[in-house]
Amino acid sequence: MFLQQLVNGLTIGVIYALIALGYTMVYGILKMVNFAHGDIFMFGSFLGLFFMKHLHMPLYLAFLLSAAATSAIGVVIERVAYRPLRTADRIVPLISALGVSTFLVSLAQKLWGTEMHPFPTAFGRGTVTVGSITFSEIQILILVLSFILMLGLHLFVTRTKTGTAMRATSMSLTNAALMGINTNHMISLAFAIGSALAACAGIMVGIYYNAVYPTMGYMAGINAFTAAVLGGIGSIPGAMLGGILLGVVENLGGAYISTQYQSVISFTILIIVLMIRPTGILGKKDINKV
Amino acid sequence: MTENRVLLEINDLCVKYGAIPAVKQVNLRLYQGEIVALIGTNGSGKTTVLRTISGIVRASQGNIRFEGSEITKLEPHRIVQRGISHVPEGRGVFADLTVLENLKMGAYIRKDKAAIRQDIEQMFSLFPRLAERKNQLAGTMSGGEQQMLAIARALMARPKLLLLDEPSMGLAPLIVKEIFRAIRSVNREGVSVLLVEQNTKMALAAANRGYVMETGSIVVQGDAEELKNNAVVKTVYLGMH
Ligand SMILES: Nc1ncnc2c1ncn2[C@@H]1O[C@H](COP(=O)(O)OP(=O)(O)OP(=O)(O)O)[C@@H](O)[C@H]1O
Ligand SMILES: [Mg+2]
Repeated sequence: MFLQQLVNGLTIGVIYALIALGYTMVYGILKMVNFAHGDIFMFGSFLGLFFMKHLHMPLYLAFLLSAAATSAIGVVIERVAYRPLRTADRIVPLISALGVSTFLVSLAQKLWGTEMHPFPTAFGRGTVTVGSITFSEIQILILVLSFILMLGLHLFVTRTKTGTAMRATSMSLTNAALMGINTNHMISLAFAIGSALAACAGIMVGIYYNAVYPTMGYMAGINAFTAAVLGGIGSIPGAMLGGILLGVVENLGGAYISTQYQSVISFTILIIVLMIRPTGILGKKDINKV
Repeated sequence: MTENRVLLEINDLCVKYGAIPAVKQVNLRLYQGEIVALIGTNGSGKTTVLRTISGIVRASQGNIRFEGSEITKLEPHRIVQRGISHVPEGRGVFADLTVLENLKMGAYIRKDKAAIRQDIEQMFSLFPRLAERKNQLAGTMSGGEQQMLAIARALMARPKLLLLDEPSMGLAPLIVKEIFRAIRSVNREGVSVLLVEQNTKMALAAANRGYVMETGSIVVQGDAEELKNNAVVKTVYLGMH
């Protein structure tokens, strides 16, 4: 029972982590919460559904194309709705983000209606039993793919020149520019990667719950944002840790206390962590002292 | 240094923060191979001049030319590509990157991997302390070490002109000496230097020429030797009465 709940919690936790990474990468550089990120996740899910249902593509192609298209959407959103406001008051881009969020939900409703769409895949419905734990195929896909994506991101930001430049940019936009780094490219890249990860999460969630709908980004966004704050917003390992922790705690709480209290439990954890460490588990206070 | 070719030329530069002027009608010239000192009291606009050269803040009037072509409106990363590296006030090292990663970021605009590796070794011989700490996070180093790293990192771009903003700030005299020795040696290798300093004595000892700023304007300029004996400089900046 415990191990089973742990696996279920991990499954949803890695999903939170994937979405949380988008919040944290953007926040890390721009110090801005991209309120539209949950809706980007929703769009990724719908695009995956579209590629499979209407263009009859295999699942892996749906992942690839949705990730590519969604990252383009993320880049365009930043270019059109956030970049022109970069020197404005901090509240201004936040309002713009809320506008983008509303726009994406309305657009999805216009294109696909307000109802829930089942995900047309035979994949993921079977199960595998290991000892006392039963994994559904989709759980295995979620755990394995999320792990690969997170490992890939980790290697990218720690081992490559561009990834290092992205981290440098999140430490200081100005000092990164003084290295000859085109910081606008780094910002676009953060949006592209964050949106692609959200799209993958969107498809996986769509299959897992067998439901895709225009407002699905709302709760997923709030939970993932909570995870990012829990782990320390701005920190990439923090987002991974926060997502997994939140998923596991929420699930165990739901199983042993009551599913009614799931959100209460996660927010209680968040508040306790923030009381002890206001910057989140792996968050930095202020990286640049200048 | 006797070539007399103008490398950097600042003409009638004005910079404002909002409505408040920080730099007013500044004219400055730096010849190839020179070390030029820019000194002045707190808040006189020295940092603003450097930040405008690098494109971080924008001129409201006037222009800046580098090697004869205008750079006033270029983006900061383009200015680095032209050959200007800026060591900012407060050093600006990437605290969560290692010494080695910081140096590699300094070479961001370059693609010649083998030469980059050689230059890193050269930085380690210029500042041996950095070699011992190459895998240490920059944020955990002392102020002096961070300053050395900031200078080495700027040099990794192989600049023609190095902008230094108060490299001696907050450092012990021995470290300041080491840093000035490095600045001289880098200059001898052909890198021109625009040096902002509060430590007027050290700055004028290292520089060929100097400019003195007060509330946004250049008030005195001349050869370093001349400035050392200038009455204003003597009383205000060298503490002689
Ligand atoms: N970001 C900013 N916003 C508003 N005003 C600024 C800003 N930066 C500097 N100033 C103002 O512009 C003027 C010049 O500042 P600057 O930092 O260029 O002087 P400085 O000569 O480098 O001083 P210091 O020796 O203290 O470093 C000062 O009056 C300062 O208060
Ligand atoms: Mg200054």
